[in-house]
Amino acid sequence: MTAYAFDLRGAALSMLPSGGVWWPDAGTLIVSDLHLCKSERVARRSGQMLPPYETRDTLTRLDADIAATRPGRVVCLGDSFDDDAARAGCDPAEAEWIARMQEGRDWVWIAGNHDPAPEGLGGRTAPEMGLGPLVLRHIAEPGAAGEMSGHYHPKARLSVRGRRLSRPCLLFDAARAILPAYGTYTGGLDWTSPVLAGLMAEGACAILTGPCPCAVPLPRRASA
Amino acid sequence: MTDLPPPFDDWFAARGWSIHPHQAEMLERAEAPSLLLIAPTGGGKTLAGFLPTLAELAEGGHAGLHTLYVSPLKALASDIRRNLTRPVEEMGLPVRIEDRTGDTSYSVKRRQRADPPHILLTTPESLALMLSYEDAPRIFAGLRRIVVDEIHALAESKRGDQLMLALSRLNALVPGLRRVGLSATVEDPEGIARFLARNPDPCEIVHADPGPEPDISMLEVAAPPPWAGGGGRYAIPAVLDQVRAHRTTLIFHNTRAQAEIFFHELWLQNEDALPIGIHHGSLSREQRARTEAAMVGGELRAIVCTGSLDLGIDWGDVDLVIQVGAPKNVKRLVQRIGRANHRYNAPSKALLVPANRFEVVECVAALQAVRERDLDGDPRGPGPRDVLCQHILIRAASGPFDAGDLFAEVTSAGAYAGLTRAQFDACLDFVATGGYALRAYDRWQRLVEADGLWRLRDPRGAARIRQNVGTIMDTDLLKVRLRNRRAGVPLGEVEEGFAATLSPGDTFLIGGRIVRYEGLKEMVVEVSPKPDKPPRIATFMGTKFATSTQLSHRILSMFRQDDWPELPPATRQWLHLQRERSRLPEADRILVESFPFLDRHCTCIYGFAGRNAMQTLGLLVTQRMEAAGLGPLGFVSTDYATLVWGLEEVRDPAPLFDGDDLRDAFETWLGGNAVMKRTFKQSAVIAGLVDRQTRGQRKSGKQATFSSDILYDTLRRYDPDHLLLDITREEALKGLVDFGRIEEMLARTAGRIDHVRARRPTPLAAPLFLEAGRVPVEGAASEKLLADEAERLMEGAGLQITAEDERRWRAPG
Repeated sequence: MTAYAFDLRGAALSMLPSGGVWWPDAGTLIVSDLHLCKSERVARRSGQMLPPYETRDTLTRLDADIAATRPGRVVCLGDSFDDDAARAGCDPAEAEWIARMQEGRDWVWIAGNHDPAPEGLGGRTAPEMGLGPLVLRHIAEPGAAGEMSGHYHPKARLSVRGRRLSRPCLLFDAARAILPAYGTYTGGLDWTSPVLAGLMAEGACAILTGPCPCAVPLPRRASA
Repeated sequence: MTDLPPPFDDWFAARGWSIHPHQAEMLERAEAPSLLLIAPTGGGKTLAGFLPTLAELAEGGHAGLHTLYVSPLKALASDIRRNLTRPVEEMGLPVRIEDRTGDTSYSVKRRQRADPPHILLTTPESLALMLSYEDAPRIFAGLRRIVVDEIHALAESKRGDQLMLALSRLNALVPGLRRVGLSATVEDPEGIARFLARNPDPCEIVHADPGPEPDISMLEVAAPPPWAGGGGRYAIPAVLDQVRAHRTTLIFHNTRAQAEIFFHELWLQNEDALPIGIHHGSLSREQRARTEAAMVGGELRAIVCTGSLDLGIDWGDVDLVIQVGAPKNVKRLVQRIGRANHRYNAPSKALLVPANRFEVVECVAALQAVRERDLDGDPRGPGPRDVLCQHILIRAASGPFDAGDLFAEVTSAGAYAGLTRAQFDACLDFVATGGYALRAYDRWQRLVEADGLWRLRDPRGAARIRQNVGTIMDTDLLKVRLRNRRAGVPLGEVEEGFAATLSPGDTFLIGGRIVRYEGLKEMVVEVSPKPDKPPRIATFMGTKFATSTQLSHRILSMFRQDDWPELPPATRQWLHLQRERSRLPEADRILVESFPFLDRHCTCIYGFAGRNAMQTLGLLVTQRMEAAGLGPLGFVSTDYATLVWGLEEVRDPAPLFDGDDLRDAFETWLGGNAVMKRTFKQSAVIAGLVDRQTRGQRKSGKQATFSSDILYDTLRRYDPDHLLLDITREEALKGLVDFGRIEEMLARTAGRIDHVRARRPTPLAAPLFLEAGRVPVEGAASEKLLADEAERLMEGAGLQITAEDERRWRAPG
């Protein structure tokens, strides 16, 4: 699998085509914002009935990443479920699937704003966790160093030879990385958004998800 | 002849007017359940439609709504209200007339529901919305007649389908309701009649006198037209002469971008400073209103315009119509010509300006067709099912319903007469449960059935359904505004896709002025005036019309002539030269030419299937050439030909057109195509799968919304037989993909291919090298391009993106 290698506070990381981050030295696979069971929540709250296949699709990709990396630990960086009720209403077959992936490895659900208490589906939960030189949490904190987070769903938009591309991306600078959303039904926040500009230092880069992840400089100004 | 009630007679007499025969005929046949009037522009159509209503109401005593008038334009509704109110007041008739559109205030709308006027003027969307209320039966209780204006235009879009479904509902509420359609000249009056009538009721057709022959010819221009392109710039001095020689001239263009460029160039040469305005659908409402007011006030000598002026509003004094660019479609040409001399029984005067040398041939063919009154048009397909899904939702919002009753109502609309019960049930299932193979929504179904009646599970869902009423899609447009003038009027709108290609400093044309792109703020494109820089061209969404099948056939039969004395010398010599060097295309064979040019092997395919189909053919053929190792690099398409260039010579073109293989390739290609995703998005909104996004929602930029492309991909992967994918496919085939025309081409040529190998570009192929709109063939695909680009960027000027970098990044080479 083609991955893009980068370094954060001495941790040698690589972003997989899916947007997950593989940390070989720690045997850890990190994914963020799975938003499982989103269609169920949307139907419950708004009456819209989206194609109910996003959980299956997200788990299929996660399963493939686990098979490829064989991690000892999987950390989900929060918003793993679209809300706590969605987790409770999780399809039994999909709950079993998650249990199967958890077998023989440490599985950590970090709390997110959508799922403040992600309990009841195996693994352990934590508000945040330290791992080697890094701290893993859902929402980036200003001034943090060596931090991996999610929450913002950064998305790159650019034109290459007149062709418009729009892809979820990982942002990183010397101090932090913000992961793209891993879930199938997730929108994105434009990578030039002021809130992201406020968090990322000059010289930050974006790694674009896709079959061959590649890095480009994070543009600093608002673009169309 | 039916006698007019006395106040009408007096009123007509006082003005020295007499009633037109077709107006009298409409009065005579007022009791017909369906009645269609075909009349040329300016034939007193609207009065003909309303006379029976006024006659019935003149007696007094009718309580509540009597006549509903539906037009495709909001502006037309208020225009008609003004025009109708005057005679009603002058005759002292006891008739209340009001309009109701998206612009009507909430309190007025509420009052109209409680106390409807006698005549209500509205649009298809406002009507659908009214039908979604529980009190719809009471609002429409007294209704006798419905008048559908510009029905020929409505019949061409989903808005017409929605309207006819609304009429089926109205007929169920008010069984004696009579329908009247008012149409411009069309090729198939019976088709429009079937569309209008309640199936299987008959529909009588009244034909007004078509009026005198139009005075139509080609504009004489000293310079020959250029070889390629679509601007018509070469003709500007001659166009200005014509403007000078007439009172008011309408100058029609086929696209908004061409109208903008022409307007710009026209002003550069307008030494007399003749007052000339511009009008098209991408300009802001305020700007269009200003132009319209200036026009009505007689302040303008000419208006550069597009299809936005094809309909309706009567602007008096136009005495010349100029059509720039080939008309593509004879029917539309005839309707446009009718805009000149908006007075009954005066000949319309029109001039055609071919934009390039091939269009000279097309214009001559179109002139012949107009003289022979031989109009063209594609037959209407079956009613789209996404519109039906929305209709079911609207029905549910108004109260519980029986599925069998609703099916009977729906199939009484002509376009849905062929709908099977199984198709209907699939739509109902989709609306009620989502219709997925995985039954995930048992608890959250939108509609539930109890005691044989379907109803909303949660009545609060009705509000959401009402917010999503309509079939018009305008969400991909961004407003353009001058920076630092937040309160100022917007200049107009551009496509979001076009805005995304702009970098600060780029210039483009809008509303006839050059502006500089400054940035995007809260989903508004901010610009500053910049009159000194050459503009990039705004790529407006405006439909690209394809030359009609009938006009293409006329051109092909012209090619069979030994000589063309009717053509100007330059074009005539050009065709002779083509016959000498290669051969002229024929209707029952495909001509393929191969020749080398600039180190490339070129292949030119003359399919005459119209621009959209030729574009699709280009994609399919290059895909096959790629598979055959011929290394295609790109292609360009026009209405008549596709030119492909590549690394290897095509020695045997026959396998490229093998029908079955082409169909298979098409199926595979279509699935992943951007056209499908765009079509899916529209159908998903219309059918109620996703919400229509309002500007307000987009402005807030909430990250929670995700692209409908994701839904499309997910459905294709996990539920490929889902109803919405089926609908999407059906809709895409009708529109931009236009595979039907490729099928038509394959059928008429039946494998007969003439392959001409030449040593250099042939006369007919040469202009194609000058055509814009080249499509690169993705041999290497975006991944490779992206990787190269990213590497270059990272190695570039540190990590900072300079403006120069940004520019190269956008369009390298």
